[in-house]
Parts: sequence; structure tokens; C-alpha cells
Amino acid sequence: MYTFSSKLKTLAFVLMVVGALGIGYSFFTAPKSAEEVEAIINAEHAHGGHGEAAHEEAHDAVEVHAVHDEHAAHAEAAHEGHDTAAVAETEATADTVTAVAEVATEHASTTGHEESHAEAAVAHEGHDADAHAEHEAHKEHVEHVYHQLQNKPWAAVYVAALFFMLIALGALAFYAIQNAAQAGWSPVLFRVMEGISAYLIPGAIIVLILLVLGVAQVHHLFIWMDPEVVAKDHLIQGKTGFLNGPFFLFRAVVFMGGWILYRQIAVKNSLAQDNATDNSFYKKNFKASAAFLVFFIVTESISSWDWIMSVDPHWYSTLFGWYVFASFFVSGITVIAMVTLYLKSRGYLEYVNTSHIHDLAKFMFGISVFWTYLWFSQFMLMWYADIPEEVVYFKMRIENYNLPFFGMVAMNFVFPVLILVNTDFKRLSWIVVMAGIVILTGHYIDFFNMIMPATVGDQWFIGAGEIGAVLFFLGLFILVIFSALTKAPLLAKRNPLIEESKHFHY
Amino acid sequence: MSSHYEAPIRKPLIIGDKNYHDVTVDVARPVEGRANKQWWIAFSIATAAFLWGVACVAYTVGTGIGTWGSNKTVGWAWDITNFVWWVGIGHAGTLISAVLLLFRQKWRMAINRSAEAMTIFSVIQAAMFPVFHMGRPWLAYWVMPIPNQFGSLWVNFNSPLLWDVFAISTYLSVSLVFWWTGLLPDFAMLRDRAITPFTKRVYSILSFGWSGRAKDWQRFEEVSLVLAGLATPLVLSVHTIVSFDFATSVIPGWHTTILPPYFVAGAIFSGFAMVNTLLIIMRKVSNLEAYITVQHIELMNIVVMITGSIVGVAYITELFVAWYSGVEYEQYAFLNRATGPYWWSYWLMMTCNVISPQVMWFKKIRTSITVSFIISIVVNVGMWFERFVIIVTSLHRDYLPSSWTMFQPTFVDAGFYIGTIGFFFVLFLLYSRSFPVIAQAEVKSIMKTSSEKYKKLHEAHDNHSHSENNHH
Repeated sequence: MYTFSSKLKTLAFVLMVVGALGIGYSFFTAPKSAEEVEAIINAEHAHGGHGEAAHEEAHDAVEVHAVHDEHAAHAEAAHEGHDTAAVAETEATADTVTAVAEVATEHASTTGHEESHAEAAVAHEGHDADAHAEHEAHKEHVEHVYHQLQNKPWAAVYVAALFFMLIALGALAFYAIQNAAQAGWSPVLFRVMEGISAYLIPGAIIVLILLVLGVAQVHHLFIWMDPEVVAKDHLIQGKTGFLNGPFFLFRAVVFMGGWILYRQIAVKNSLAQDNATDNSFYKKNFKASAAFLVFFIVTESISSWDWIMSVDPHWYSTLFGWYVFASFFVSGITVIAMVTLYLKSRGYLEYVNTSHIHDLAKFMFGISVFWTYLWFSQFMLMWYADIPEEVVYFKMRIENYNLPFFGMVAMNFVFPVLILVNTDFKRLSWIVVMAGIVILTGHYIDFFNMIMPATVGDQWFIGAGEIGAVLFFLGLFILVIFSALTKAPLLAKRNPLIEESKHFHY
Repeated sequence: MSSHYEAPIRKPLIIGDKNYHDVTVDVARPVEGRANKQWWIAFSIATAAFLWGVACVAYTVGTGIGTWGSNKTVGWAWDITNFVWWVGIGHAGTLISAVLLLFRQKWRMAINRSAEAMTIFSVIQAAMFPVFHMGRPWLAYWVMPIPNQFGSLWVNFNSPLLWDVFAISTYLSVSLVFWWTGLLPDFAMLRDRAITPFTKRVYSILSFGWSGRAKDWQRFEEVSLVLAGLATPLVLSVHTIVSFDFATSVIPGWHTTILPPYFVAGAIFSGFAMVNTLLIIMRKVSNLEAYITVQHIELMNIVVMITGSIVGVAYITELFVAWYSGVEYEQYAFLNRATGPYWWSYWLMMTCNVISPQVMWFKKIRTSITVSFIISIVVNVGMWFERFVIIVTSLHRDYLPSSWTMFQPTFVDAGFYIGTIGFFFVLFLLYSRSFPVIAQAEVKSIMKTSSEKYKKLHEAHDNHSHSENNHH
């Protein structure tokens, strides 16, 4: 039996406390009103009144202006309602800044930085009579930034909550596949997988609460939940048959309930098999796993449309569900490898040898490539066809999330592929752990890239809220899974394939 | 109970009281014997179909592509449908030899040789369509980036049709090398058994002087593993690139991101069905029932069932997202598939691909050889219609209603297709009489763990010395 080391438990609590403080801080410092945002924007302008900064600002504005020209092409579609809200909003932003930029650049060439800023500020504040229309746009812009900044702490919590829940789900899916495929190498790892899947229960409840809070209008991560937005947006109106609060929550409850039900049944049967005299519980688990996998492939797709794709309610991609699956599946396998290595290093997993680690590392390698394949397929097809309705999704990310967007490809593909292609390396604990940390960070950023652009837009920043949320859920994750691991022996004794697994050498 | 240990719940993969020599004799028998009357009948029919195909191709090239039913709106129809269909079928061979090798599936050993042969022969059929559907096939070499006298006029690397050229040619070459490498020990076996000087000479050349030393075997294994590791991404990328022909376009019904993995799933689906069709016949006519067992057929049926379900999920996803997108062209494309003039092909495809594999959930059905055979053919009909539906129904009605039209194939379209089926069977029938259709070297490697005879011996031994085994 495993005993939860007090050091690890303390670490988990510390992570949760520090994380909670970070989350609390980010909620506390989020702007409470549009006026506050206005003040922040003005303060930024006032601060920028000194030479360099003003110049930079004017320069930025010019860039935005250039971007605006490109957006003009989308304008028609946007009016038709075929474009995403993001573009329409970017346009509004661009309009405001364009006014500033035009004034600013004009003067920058003649009178220098100080004055250019003064003019720009005047235009911005709307004292100029001609700029009255811009003033309205400016108001909208402030409102928009206010919503983004208000979303920021919520989005940070949501990304982390979703990520850790999906890791547990990924580990559960891997477990189900191992059962259904009658794998001979992995039964010595079954208890580890069962332990990790324990997080699915609290994790799903937290995500469900966040979804309920969304429907209850406590936060605004999903704009389609806002009746005012829907009233003005005929594209979303066309989707309300699917995107409506009650049905959305009903689906979430059914999906999460189904996954948890399988998890509970599988663990119960797996433990019962330990003391059984025949293989009946093993056979039950075989059937349950096959049934779960069918349920899973359908619900996983729909849930990723629900919980992730719908934050951009104008955008759609048929590949999306499988892409999300690849992302959390590889993360789940990575966590299995890392927890196994930890337990092994503490002397708990007698029969686990480097061949088992080698196999897990091969899966980390292979599914990383698979993730990249799906990432590239989705990206390249939209980039290639360049249809405005869908390409804005990537345009937005490349312009405002350049480093995270391409950085994750390096972390999720280039690094693990180069390091894990070597057979000897796949048997070294430190290599697997190092690759695992990079993969997990990379896939967190993947989820960050999926949620943030639609919720906080260009106001993103990895700060106290984001780091705090990750630390909090990491602490909770450690606490839950290692508590679960103490509840059962770490070797599935009478599994009919356990002997193969104990003697597994590759 | 060292590395040879296998759980008792695993069923034997080699049935009967077979020893190493029996494997050799059983595998060599079809090659060493003489063809019977049925073989000659089948071969004649296949040759006739092949020659008819040659005539149709000659007529097309001589007269022009207008002999086909394609028109100004539907520029791609049977040509590309058949191309994708054949490429798809080819994928199962690599799946069985490469992916199942990576997953250490011992049951692949009895079927991988024939599956790879099927890959190679069907990729050859597929490769003819990109050439002969050209208006000027004699200029086909222009797709190659060769330095030339037109001021080094180059190809445009942005076209998925060019990627197809690289994908298919790489796929064919790698599959061929992978297959041939595996054949070396088996050709050597035939060489060593040959009685006539002619066959001795032939198999000596084919076996490249294989002598089966420890070092050779070690490198052989390493090469197989590396090639399997390369062939797996290759098999995914090849059909992905084929899917890019459609998915990169802006045609409603074609432009969808799920196409790459969904085409691959469909390829595995149709490919495994084809392997099943061929092997169910082969195990009977070549007396290989001890090696290609009902369990093999059952496992292939399970793969068909899984990939069929994946394809089903993809269909539903496409339908849902077409509605969800709010794009009226997308919505119409799917409405047209379901209720337009080609509704019958859509519903035929849905029935064959989504419903028929689901019967495999019943053990009685998936272990029935007759039903498996029927379903395997149904699946390939369905997968032909899947490609037809994707290609023709998306083209014949798209953005401008003034360009809406219909498609009617001509006898030349059909003749070319029949010709490739004939050619495929000509090659496959010749193969089955001159190549070792089961990788005997591989099958022998699992003899001691997975044959019925040795399993019984183990069982008796385990019961006899039960206390000794408890040490482990």
C-alpha cells in the first residue's frame, strides 16, 4: 500500500494556498467598472507623454492602422454577420486608434513627439468636435477592454480547471484503451491510471460549476450566453438550438456523469478482480471499457465544441474535437509516466521496469506527433483556403499570440520529438520527466491559446491569476490523486494479464 | 517463464499440431505446386478485364478525355473516385505491417505479407489515374522538378496534386522496400527447397544471398522497426495529402478540416475490409486455415468496426458543423447529399459504412466467415460511394446555380475502373502462386508462445509444476 508522504502533501497544500492567493489577487485587481478602465487607458497615455513612449505609441497606432486596411476587406462580411465578433471588435478598436494615429503621424513629422501626443490625447478624449463619432467608438472600445479585463481572472481559472480535468480524462481514456486492447505490458500501471482518474470527479464538478456560473451570467467567457449579445447577432441566433443554457448544462452533466460512472465501475471491478476466483470482473471491465470508448469518442467531440469552440461562437472547425482530444490525451499519458516514475523512485512499484517507461515514452512521442499532425491539418487547411469567416481565428492568434501560438509547436512537437526519438533516452527517468514537463507546459499553452483570444483578446498576460490558477489546480490534482493512490494496493493482483506485465521486457 | 511467457487467456494463433517444418511446407506448397483449373479461370477473367481496361485507356488517350462522362462543372468524377479508393485500400497493408508491428500485435504475422502485396498492387492501380486523367498525359513528366531547357521552368509546390506525386511515389517505394526486406528470408527458404535449376536460380536472385546469420537477423529486425516507424507517419500523411486535394479547396462539402484524419480512418476501414475479402478466399484455396484463423478474421472485423465507427463520428461531425456553421452553402451541400438527385448514393454510403460495421459488435457475426466476407465487400462498395459522394455531389451543385449540372459516367469510365480491378487480380493471382504468401520466418518466431501445440505443452507443464511458477 502507498502512504502519502507528508512532504508531498504539504507541497500540495502550499501550491493550493499560493495558487488561491494568486487567483484572489487577480480577481481583486481586475477593474470594477468601465470608468476604471478609462482611467487606466488615460494613465497609460499620460505616462506615455515623455518622448520615447509617445513615439512608440504613435508607431503602434500606425501599425494598427495598417492592419485596419486589411480588415476593411472583412467589413462587408462583418456587416452581413458572417464574420466573427473578434473582427468586428478589432475594427472598432482600429477605428478609434486610426483617428489617433492619423493625427499623431501627421504631427509627428512636423512638430515632434511631445506635441503629437498632446494632439493624440485630445483626439482620444473626444474634445475635438469632429471626433465625436470616434468618441462613441472610443466608449465602445473602453467597454470592450473592460469586459476583457474582467474576463481575465475567470479565463485563467477556467483554462487551468479544464486542463487538469482533461488530463484525468485523458488518463482514463488511455486506461480504457489498455483494457479494451488487452494490453499485456500495462496492467502493472493500472492502479496508477486509476489513481490519476480519481481527479476526474472533483475536476468535473469544478468545471461544471464554472459552466453554471457562465450560464448564470456571473462571468462572460461565453458571449453566446448573454441575451443582449444574441439579440444583436443573427449568426448566434441561428445556433441557439444548440447553444442555449439549459441544453448546454444538460449535455455537460450527461457527459461528465457518463465518464465518472465508467471510472467508478472500472475501479470497482478492477479491485474486485484482485480477490476473485475467476475472470468475471476482468471481463466486465473489458466490456465496460469498450462501451466507454464509444461513449467517449462522441461526447469528447461534443464537449470540446461546447466548452472550448463555443467561446468563439462564430468560428467552427470539424477537426476541433479530435484536435482537443490529442492535446489532453498526450498530457494524460505524460502524467501517467511522471507519476509512475515518482512512485517508482519512492520504491513503490516493484514490477515496473525501464521497459514500461520506454513504452510510455513512446506513446508520449507518438501522440505528440499525432497532435502536431492535427494542429497542422487544421491550421494549414484554413491558411491555405484563406476563407475570411474561419481564417480570422488564426489571424487573431498569429497577430496577438504569436509567441504562445508558435512556441507551443516547439514545445509540443520539436522538443519531445528530438529528445524522445532515442531509444536509450526513453529509458532515462530524467529525460522522460524533462520531456514531460515541456509537453505539459506546452499543452497548457495550447488550451490557453484556445480560450484566451476569445475571452481576453489582446489583453492577455501570464501573471498572478494564470500562474495562481495553475498552481492551485496542480496542488488539488496532487492531493486528490495521491490520496486516491493510498486507497488500493498498487498492483492489480489477479488481472489475467498481470503476469505478462510483470515479466514485460522490450 | 521468461520472455516466452504468454497469458493463458490468449487464444492460439497457429492451430493444430504444427511444427517448424510444417510451416515451411504449408507456405511453400502453393508456390511449388501447379496451378489448378480454378486459378486459370480466375486468371483468364482478370486478364480479360485488364485488357479491356488497356483498350479503354488507349481510347481515352487517343481520342481525348471527353470520352469520359466528366463535364465542365464536374471535372473530377470516376477518375479521382477510383484513385482515392485504390489508395485507401492500399493503406491497410502498411497498417498491418507497420502499425501492428509497432503495437506488437502477433496476429499480424500471418496476414502482413498478403496485406503488403495488396498495398503495392492497389497503389499501382491508383497511380494510373493521376496520369491518365490528364488531358495530355504525355507531358506528365512536367510535374517533376527537373532542370530543363525552358529557362529551368519549375513546378509550383503549392498544389496538393503535386504533393500527391511525391506522396504516392514515396509510399510505393517505401512499401516496396519494406515488403521486399521481409521477403528475403522467405525467398531464401524457397531457394533452399528448390528442385529445378530454374526455380533455384530465380529464388537465388530474389533472396539477395540471405544466409540467416545472427548479425543479419539483428539488423533485419532493426531495419523492420525503423521502416515501420517511418511507414506509419507515411501512411497517415499519404492519405492526408490525398484528402488535401479536396480540403484545401473552397468548395462547400470539400473544404473541411476533419478530412485528413477522416480519410485515413476511411482508408484503414476499406483496406482492412479488402484484406478480409482476399484472405477469406486465400486461406481456403491455399489451405492456410491453420495460420489465418477465425481469430484473425475476428480481429480484422474489430478493426473494421472501430474505424467504421470513427468514420461514422466524422460523418455526424460534418453534418453537425454544416448546420452549426450558419453558412448556407455548406448547409445546402449536405442537404443536397441527403435529398438531392444523388440521394441514393449518399444513403447507400451511409448504410454500407455506418450501419454495416456495427453488426460486428455481436461475436456470433464477427466470427462468422460468411458474414465477414459479405460485410467486407459491402464496406468496399460503401467506401467507393463515399468518395463518389464527396467528389461528385460537392461539384455538381455549388456556389452558382447557373452552373448546376449532373454527372453521367460513360462506358470508358467504367472500362478503366474494371481494367484496374482486372490488373489488380492479375498481379495478386500471380503473386499468390510465386511468392510465399505467409511470412514463414515471422510465424515461426511466435510458434513457441502462440501455437496451439505449444500452448497445450505449457499448460500441462504449468499444472505439473505449479509451485515452481509461484516464485515469479
